[in-house]
Amino acid sequence: MHQAYTHRVYLVRIVLPMSLGSSSGPASGPLLGASGLRKAFGSTPALDGADFALSPGEVVAVMGPSGSGKSTLLHCLAGIVRPDAGTITYDGNDVTAMNDARRSALRRRDFGFVFQFGQLVPELTCAENVALPLRLDGVRRKDADRAALHWLERLEVDSVARRRPDQISGGQGQRVAVARALVTAPRVVFADEPTGALDSLSGELVMRLFTEAARDTGAAVVLVTHETRVAAYSDREITVRDGRSRDFTLAPAGAR
Amino acid sequence: MSIGHTLLGLLESGPRHGYDLKRAFDEKFGHDRPLHYGQVYSTMSRLLKNGLVEVDGVEAGGGPERKRYAITEAGITDVEAWLKQPEKPEPYLQSTLYTKVVLALLTGRSAGDLLDTQRAEHLRLMRILTDRKRRGDLSDQLICDHALFHLEADLRWLELTAARLDQLATEVRA
Ligand SMILES: Nc1ncnc2c1ncn2[C@@H]1O[C@H](COP(=O)(O)OP(=O)(O)O)[C@@H](O)[C@H]1O
Ligand SMILES: [Mg+2]
Repeated sequence: MHQAYTHRVYLVRIVLPMSLGSSSGPASGPLLGASGLRKAFGSTPALDGADFALSPGEVVAVMGPSGSGKSTLLHCLAGIVRPDAGTITYDGNDVTAMNDARRSALRRRDFGFVFQFGQLVPELTCAENVALPLRLDGVRRKDADRAALHWLERLEVDSVARRRPDQISGGQGQRVAVARALVTAPRVVFADEPTGALDSLSGELVMRLFTEAARDTGAAVVLVTHETRVAAYSDREITVRDGRSRDFTLAPAGAR
Repeated sequence: MSIGHTLLGLLESGPRHGYDLKRAFDEKFGHDRPLHYGQVYSTMSRLLKNGLVEVDGVEAGGGPERKRYAITEAGITDVEAWLKQPEKPEPYLQSTLYTKVVLALLTGRSAGDLLDTQRAEHLRLMRILTDRKRRGDLSDQLICDHALFHLEADLRWLELTAARLDQLATEVRA
């Protein structure tokens, strides 16, 4: 018990110097917001005036048919892709106005990522994979390893800590990827079809552990999925159709 | 669900009082809809009349819930037959949703809005069930999964229909 307590204090301590520092933005308004996003690849319009808003700690599902622009929206919001038009604000700062160095610092420090597959470094063990973002940020090996083990336990995959990605199942791999996304205590986790390559039972386990861990840490989640049973783990969903986004969410029963 | 067969099945492991039967039913199968004592009483008197159960003892105080019931050989055969008989799959051919979509198209209202609203309502229920599943034990998970898979199937239909609204509009107005 005492062990767990000091551990938690430690995690907070290593995380504090890593947040972006410049929370100059207004206290109200969304943590992450976008309006009028447009993005075309050649003559293909991927986004055609998409809006988005994410509150701190909120889990939002982004749904829509294949090719509707979900991944493009996620990439724009996460500062991976620059939109042709429209604005994105994070914590009151204009992301589209940031230079590449600042955007990549933002991604590293405040954001976490989970993709469909192929995101773990094959030469590293699962524990090393989870510790990697901390190591890249200059955290001492012992401290990074301890934090990695904490997150592997939280995602119930500590048993595979010493194995390499090709020695574990797809569901275990996704849980390791979630652990790696959460190890830096991000404020937003971006997940693009995190269960897309899994059978429904392992997909459900990934979603349950992922959303519970995110809610416990207060991280907000942008969850791209075309599966409604996966979206049902969110607080709210927006639907993307032909590059435009809409929110149809109904308040939970009783709140109406 | 056949309450009679379920209560009979519960009796197969040994005699039970009326109140005990109700409690076992509610705990295992009642989740959202616990039995009324009246239902237990009327069901048990029908099973008695048909010779599927017999009264094995009566507690002091009297009422029907105080009676102890035991299953008979005929009752065991009846449970056996019920379990062997496959349930009739729901054909889903009388769809209110389909009717509403066609009527919306015929009357010049927005069928797309109707489908979006329905979709949101389905997802709202899916969220509630997912949350209950997350907190519950294995039986909660199985019960909720059954409902979730059905809702998911409905949502797929809503999506497919939304994608074919223009075509449907041309056909119904022809
Ligand atoms: N890097 C790219 N180069 C060219 N076209 C792209 C690229 N990324 C996406 N697209 C196109 O943009 C549209 C939206 O794609 P995407 O955002 O991946 O949709 P979704 O994730 O909803 O399936 C599609 O027509 C897709 O083919
Ligand atoms: Mg995609």
